[in-house]
Amino acid sequence: MSETSTAKTASATPAASGAAPSLTKPEMKKTREGFGHGLVELGEKNPNVVVLVGDLSGSTNVNYFAERFPERFVQVGIAEQNMMCVAAGLAAVGKIPFLATYGAFASCRAADQIRVTVAYSDLPVKIGGAHGGISVGPDGATHQAMEEIAIIRSIPNMRMVVPCDYWETRKATIAMAGDRHPYYLRFGRESVPVVTTADTPFVIGKANIMREGNDLAIIACGVMVYEALVAAEQLAARGIQARVLNVHTLKPLDEEAIVRAARDCGAIVTAEEHQVHGGLGSAVAEVVVTKHPVPMELVAVHDRFGRSGKPEELMAAFGIKAPDVLMAAERALGRK
Amino acid sequence: MPRLELTVDQLRERALLVRRDIVTLLAHSQSGHSGGPLSCADFGTVLFFHEMELTPDRPSANERDLWHFSIGHVTPVIYSLMAERGYYPLADLLHFRSYQGHLQGHPSKHDTPGIDVSSGSLGQGLSVSCGMALGSRMDGSPRRVYCVMGDGEQQEGQIWEAAMFAAHYKLENLCAVIDYNRKQIDGDVEDVMGIAPLADKWRAFRWNVIEADGHDIPSLLDAFAQARAAKTRPSVILAHTVMGKGVSYMEDDYRWHGVPPTKEQADQALRELGSSLDAWTDRLRAHATAAVAPSANGAS
Repeated sequence: MSETSTAKTASATPAASGAAPSLTKPEMKKTREGFGHGLVELGEKNPNVVVLVGDLSGSTNVNYFAERFPERFVQVGIAEQNMMCVAAGLAAVGKIPFLATYGAFASCRAADQIRVTVAYSDLPVKIGGAHGGISVGPDGATHQAMEEIAIIRSIPNMRMVVPCDYWETRKATIAMAGDRHPYYLRFGRESVPVVTTADTPFVIGKANIMREGNDLAIIACGVMVYEALVAAEQLAARGIQARVLNVHTLKPLDEEAIVRAARDCGAIVTAEEHQVHGGLGSAVAEVVVTKHPVPMELVAVHDRFGRSGKPEELMAAFGIKAPDVLMAAERALGRK
Repeated sequence: MPRLELTVDQLRERALLVRRDIVTLLAHSQSGHSGGPLSCADFGTVLFFHEMELTPDRPSANERDLWHFSIGHVTPVIYSLMAERGYYPLADLLHFRSYQGHLQGHPSKHDTPGIDVSSGSLGQGLSVSCGMALGSRMDGSPRRVYCVMGDGEQQEGQIWEAAMFAAHYKLENLCAVIDYNRKQIDGDVEDVMGIAPLADKWRAFRWNVIEADGHDIPSLLDAFAQARAAKTRPSVILAHTVMGKGVSYMEDDYRWHGVPPTKEQADQALRELGSSLDAWTDRLRAHATAAVAPSANGAS
């Protein structure tokens, strides 16, 4: 558990605060901007925060930090394995290193470096995995990271956050700096709907209830929180009240909120922009089958590589849009 | 200051003790690597008992030099050097690789006080050392960083990513040492995957390259002094060594890379090193509760 951002209450935190963001005409912002802005805020507060990048300053938005704090910015070039271990060395001498590259390279190419050097040593390296998910779009399969949750959460000592929008990414970036353990932060490329506000509570390891309901629970992370909210709205029109739980922290998982959702709602749909094997759905299922078994349906990418296309059309083609969540909800409800 | 600066004779004597420790702990564990630890024993001793400022009683202190063995499998020499230098009791060496002990098969930060970063997957340690050196420079610290690599390890691509990085950032506070014993687990390095001309490669990567006889104390002292004097460039010492050095039947034989001696072989080895398995086991066992204070008169 984090030391500075631990939850004081046992219950999931209600997200409602200030004006509720619109689902029909949402404000669109990039999560990577949240990462970039969060880093600048951290840089001002903490002189030990340093940032490393593997030749992707602009695409990961660490250029904001680089312009502001050039003496604490380390360009590593195209060498992700080296970058991971340089970050570990910086952490070993008291720095709080954030590194940024695409998630495909951070999680797969540097997986051994994460496992042996960063995680086994439990060093406070903060990995910014940009361009997560199929919504990366035209770059195609090589750059659409969809395996990070499975890889990272299987490694001891690792923590992992998959924020749902700009604000949550910004808050997660800041929160993980205050914890002495290694973190992986997964965020995306495109502008995505803003579903929280600057005032929405964010506590590492504590899921946020985005919408109340007891007929069904939709448990989502990342951009799928928006899709879950849209699906819940459509279910409500049919008189079905779905609880939408934003599980932004994949590890440590808010098991209590998941068990409560299973107990209160009796059926669960999980939704993630990630491979079905080892992702959010798997993590939730591990809790549900052992603590409170209920019917579950998993909305995810089903064991396929991505391909080029527009983000929206890819999400539809790969079965991870609101209508897919809706259909999964119907299947889950039918099994109650 | 915690820099010991033993004399040449004292260093030779200390290296002999380290070799006896290595053979003895392997005889008891019946698991682990023999060849590399013995080839590292002399430059390791120079590092721990002359070159580096260390604070064994406060292993996490800020004001000290940093060392990192990228070749995690040479734990027999690492742990022997640490015990002889006073990080923990010598008797702990008798529990190498055991479930009850704190000395893991490969260095583990959270098991052994004094290990700053775990290692064991080859090719990663020079990058870690680069981070340590860069972070130290950011803080204006006079700390130096020492990284020990293997010659077979030079086959890992990440080594060259780190080599590029260190030169690019002019990490003059970084000194790498390569245990150039020309053997790896499958045979001669040049047969398995040639790395020659190694010195030229490091020169081409803009490092200060120093060649030394890895078993000659004056040659090593001179090499470390040259590295310390280097400005605007990281240094690498190619320590020309012999695998299994000091034990006749192990010397220059790659088959001793990853196996321990039997108790009988260990006893023979220890007799060649001027002791015996029983006598040296008793010596280690006698230091069960308190760390051994370095006995050098030359301590400054």
